[in-house]
Amino acid sequence: MSTPDPGALEPDPVGPDAAASARPPSPESLADGEWHRLHPATPLLRGGIYLLAIIGILVANLREQLVEWVLPGLICPPDEPVCVEGDPFAYLIEEGYLVLGLLAALGLLVVLVALFYVSWRMHTFRITGEVVEVRSGVLFRTHRKARLDRIQGVAITRPLFARLFGAAKLDVEVAGQDANVQLSYLANAASDRLRADILRLASGSRAAAAASASGGAASGSLIDRRVSELLAPELDPDLAPPESVVRVPATRLVASTALSASAVWLIALLAVIVGVVVTASFAGGNALWVLFSLVPITIGFGSYLVNQVLKFLRYSIAATPDGVRIGYGLLSIRNDTLPPGRIHSIAVSQGLLWRPAGWWTIRVNRASRSSASADGGQAQQQASVVLPVGTRADVFRVLELLLPDLLAAGGVEGGDGLRDVLERGLTGSGADADFTVSPRRAAVFRWFSWRRNGFALFPGAVLLRRGAIWRELAIVPTPRIQSVAIEQGPIARSLRIAGVVLHTVAGPISPAIGAIDAGDAEGFFRDAAAAAVTAAAADRTHRWRASEG
Amino acid sequence: MTSAQAPGNAAPDSPSAGIDPIPGEWQRVSPKYVIVDLIGTLVSAVIMTAATSIAFWVTQFPLLLIIPGAVLAFHVLYAAFTPRRVRALGYRLRDDDLVFRKGIMFRRVVAVPYGRMQLVDINRGPIARAFGLSELKLVTAAAASNITIPGLTEADADALRDRLVELAESRRAGL
Repeated sequence: MSTPDPGALEPDPVGPDAAASARPPSPESLADGEWHRLHPATPLLRGGIYLLAIIGILVANLREQLVEWVLPGLICPPDEPVCVEGDPFAYLIEEGYLVLGLLAALGLLVVLVALFYVSWRMHTFRITGEVVEVRSGVLFRTHRKARLDRIQGVAITRPLFARLFGAAKLDVEVAGQDANVQLSYLANAASDRLRADILRLASGSRAAAAASASGGAASGSLIDRRVSELLAPELDPDLAPPESVVRVPATRLVASTALSASAVWLIALLAVIVGVVVTASFAGGNALWVLFSLVPITIGFGSYLVNQVLKFLRYSIAATPDGVRIGYGLLSIRNDTLPPGRIHSIAVSQGLLWRPAGWWTIRVNRASRSSASADGGQAQQQASVVLPVGTRADVFRVLELLLPDLLAAGGVEGGDGLRDVLERGLTGSGADADFTVSPRRAAVFRWFSWRRNGFALFPGAVLLRRGAIWRELAIVPTPRIQSVAIEQGPIARSLRIAGVVLHTVAGPISPAIGAIDAGDAEGFFRDAAAAAVTAAAADRTHRWRASEG
Repeated sequence: MTSAQAPGNAAPDSPSAGIDPIPGEWQRVSPKYVIVDLIGTLVSAVIMTAATSIAFWVTQFPLLLIIPGAVLAFHVLYAAFTPRRVRALGYRLRDDDLVFRKGIMFRRVVAVPYGRMQLVDINRGPIARAFGLSELKLVTAAAASNITIPGLTEADADALRDRLVELAESRRAGL
């Protein structure tokens, strides 16, 4: 681990620091305020897919020619040396341009390699005590800078292709659409160390960095190191106490997916196909059209479900000193570190089918977003899921990780008072000391859930309990409330009910509670607005460890 | 158009009174905004009615006149309520947050803490500018909370913006 790949770690004397090139290389930390370069294989890794595609196209084009070379006479009559029509390669041989063609290909290769090299040279990053900066581009220069006390999380992604090279992608997540600072790619060990350094600098902790740089010594050959990296546990056991780690067994993941709404649709679709084919064959008709119309949809559904299972395999969530660490993935690994105070709202929900098993899922709203392009959309969907499926005990452990202050300080009188409140928030119904629910006349709007539909306000968080069939408990930490609104339409007005909306950053959760007694709603609005102001003024999470040594 | 009208909490105990979570005196927008809003409605009515009656001109089928008729009726109704709707617009600078309310039928009250404001915008449309009015827009990190206060006099809007920026500066909070 202490001998990372050469090239990735040398301090780089480009730009204004060129005069300081005599400085001795310090492979210990990349967060030393100097400009550094990325992993030398970066261009290859970034263009990896395209490179494979180009090779694939070439091979497909040359296939017949290759077959002809290996097994002469299979395709062509023996007396003709070249017979494959329309093949550019064959054309070159025929016209005697073979040497010229090879030279051109070689030239193209040299130019490409040179371009890759230049782009790699020009792509540098720097981490100082205040900011993380990336400069890239050759003709169009980009310079992106993010303040460390504004980071929303640090994610390390290891796509399969990059894992083979021992490389990883580091995302410094910042609030906003596509505002992340990406460092792709870094050597594995370097990325782990850099994450620790960035989080330490961002936390405002003045503790020495020594602890983070003490990796175990690597031994053996390059291959051994790669293999051990591939097989290494996703989460460093030193970082998180094992009792805080929540895992999702693969069997439960499969079972929960099978019980999801889309799986039910898939089964219904299969039943329709079978039914139509059987009745048609009994009636002597032809049901081939069913295969053409419904089978592709079924395959699409099925692959979606399989994907749903695959992406959350090896899921783990754990508490580290710098926030919650969420990791998942079998072939492509991703893990996300969310420092305290970066979760804007939490929803614990349970569909009807999951109720017998007692499973719940937890999603969150986060300030950093990536646009819904290619893998971005999926990554975004995944980034918002904190617990894909878990038992009630898992839910409480995860909530303890996500809201440590709230559950530690209690937020309410009494020791495990809040846990009790959360229990009632998950499955309870009816008004009590904490929850205010809809009045009976609101049953027009909340047919089944009017007894359950309610809110509870604590100094640290607002709890919104919704849904009798699709149960949901939304939790909004009061320091994260951006604004509060109360709304009432004409019908609600005649029923003397109103709705309250808590505005947080955009995400899968919209914390709102409707059909509440107008007087209760007005009180809730006033209290929530006041709590948001007080909590925001007292919030110190942007430098979450500044008070420590 | 004088503000002799009592504020929205005239009859707090009557069952048909809408929500009024923060009773008291609200800052009103300029009464001239009624005219600006009416001109806007008129322009929209002309364009929409013309566009929806194209089908009738082409086919000469008399039943198709229902669509432009409905559009026109909606605009007339909308214009009739404009003075009340403008009177319902109000804002208030409290110690720690700005409260904005709007709507008669669909009433909405929003409270934005000063520390949460990310941006304060002033817009002046062509009609509003002719009447010396501006529109002030607040942006927070949440897309849903965005507030637009129309019909402020230019001096009011500038003063309000400077005051809000100053307050936001003194109560700066993270996300």
